[in-house]
Amino acid sequence: MAHPKENRILLKHADEDYFSTDIDCYLKYDGYEALKKALTMKPEDIRLQVKASGLRGRGGAGFPCGVKWHDLVDRKSGKPIYLICNADESEPGTFKDRQLIHKDPHQLIEGTIISSFANDVNLAFIYIREEMPLGAKILQKAVDEAHEKGFLGKNIQGSGYDLEIVVHRGAGAYICGEETGLIESLEGKRAYPRIKPPFFPAAKGVYQCPTVVNNVETLCNVVHIINMGGEEFAKIGRPNNTGTRIWCVSGMVQNPGYYEIEPMTMKELLYDVCGGPLPGRKLKAVVPGGGSMKILDTEETYKDRDGNEFSFDDIIVDYDGIMAAGSMSGSSGMMVMDDSIDILEALGNLLAFYAHESCGQCTPCREGSLWTKKITARMCTGGARDEDLDLLMDLAKNIGGRTVCPMGYSTTWPIESYVGKFREEMEAKVKSNSCGMTNFDERLIEK
Amino acid sequence: MNLSPATIDRIENTIPKYPDKRSAVMMLLHYIQDEQGYISNQAIEWVAEKLDMQPINVLSVVTFFPYYRQEDQKIGKVHVRVCRTLSCAMRGAYKVGDELSKKFGCKVGHSTEDGNVTLEYAECLAACGTGPVVLVDEDLYENIEANKLSGLIDEIERRVSAPEEATA
Repeated sequence: MAHPKENRILLKHADEDYFSTDIDCYLKYDGYEALKKALTMKPEDIRLQVKASGLRGRGGAGFPCGVKWHDLVDRKSGKPIYLICNADESEPGTFKDRQLIHKDPHQLIEGTIISSFANDVNLAFIYIREEMPLGAKILQKAVDEAHEKGFLGKNIQGSGYDLEIVVHRGAGAYICGEETGLIESLEGKRAYPRIKPPFFPAAKGVYQCPTVVNNVETLCNVVHIINMGGEEFAKIGRPNNTGTRIWCVSGMVQNPGYYEIEPMTMKELLYDVCGGPLPGRKLKAVVPGGGSMKILDTEETYKDRDGNEFSFDDIIVDYDGIMAAGSMSGSSGMMVMDDSIDILEALGNLLAFYAHESCGQCTPCREGSLWTKKITARMCTGGARDEDLDLLMDLAKNIGGRTVCPMGYSTTWPIESYVGKFREEMEAKVKSNSCGMTNFDERLIEK
Repeated sequence: MNLSPATIDRIENTIPKYPDKRSAVMMLLHYIQDEQGYISNQAIEWVAEKLDMQPINVLSVVTFFPYYRQEDQKIGKVHVRVCRTLSCAMRGAYKVGDELSKKFGCKVGHSTEDGNVTLEYAECLAACGTGPVVLVDEDLYENIEANKLSGLIDEIERRVSAPEEATA
């Protein structure tokens, strides 16, 4: 159930007993009213409302949604425009889209229809990852129900507007969360990301046509922007960080879970909402926005651009607040580590993930991620060499920014920040522990 | 190719949804793997012909995506995937993997000799708040503790002994 400090807009009904994924239930709680309202508006006006709302993308980069829609989508080429809902949620630590899809699918369908209408789209895709088979079924059922009620198909609600939504399933590749990789996959090819420029989806996306790609949570927000109006929406949260965000807190706190909140401090979120560390433990570090983001040390003093110092507890949990602390809010997946967690093993765990998920297109990422995994693994299992930490940093320097897509940084940001902030601990571990991991029972990487 | 009428139906309904036939390749492979448990060479050629593709281009999709299996990687009757990424690992996922491996007598990443259970580690299953999580076929089991695995093991055994149709 919702915590009192939450402000549930997207998840308003999600966990309530009265609510189900049926369209009749959704309609009972004013479902599809936003769509009916949107259909009376001009597509351009919807785009301007979304721009006025200040809504930023919830997938990771935080790009302003209205700017993408209004200013970047190529409307001059005369080619059909497509919309893709990116439901390939796979960033370690992130599980917000799962809730939205499984618990309130019609909100997403409604958001997708409105967004498609706003962008003159007649065919939209929802690309959902393979590991959510139930989610794909729920979405397909929701699409079918929306069809029956005349919210999809030809001449929606008598407006003359046509739209079809195709639910497309992935097959276990993290790289499909990268929008151009997703597009390649949707075209029936290996999901090798495309080089930008020229392949910005808004200009040259799927089938070389302009394509709007948005995250699940972003599209769900559109429903509420239409309901309350862009300017009203912009009053939630704080400037440049408007609306609520669903934060996924996992790892070593008392009450891990998903919390839809307006910006608050790290202390409020981790202690008041999530109940603080487990008994007898102390929080040590937090990965703020999904596995690829730089780690935050709870003991560290941070400095904002104006030179003001602030502690970890005072970091404001939103796009700009976390950016000021030198990391990113990413996909809002917050992984919390306490003093029982070995930081080197945690790094090894994540590097194993990125080595597994590198698509193999670019040499620095394909070879580099594998080597970083091997090096951290040997450091954890007693085979460390003196130069290993420097070698890791050197590899990191040669991966980030040298690849087609930003996944290179997913390998390098953890290395640079974990080694940068916890070097002493890592050196001590390697020295004191030449014959194996500290504790095989609680190991974080494979033996 | 011997596909059931239901699968053929799904395939025929899916292809026209896409502006370009080739886009349907992933969905077709899903349907075929759902029915046959893996993607055979014959299936690759069949899909290629169906979608006006070259077989090599279908094969390249099959080998890229970890979920598609070829004959030598066939999944057992029950597919057990333990999430091993950081949040689940911090909460004890590897121990869960060890215990299941002991129980079913197969290494993680392999199937039991009788082909009933395939036990694997999976990368982040996007349910980190309730870790460790285990995906058994299509169903997610959350908050799994290594010392309280009996419920999960019973469920896996129930699926092993269930008639073939019920698990499909």
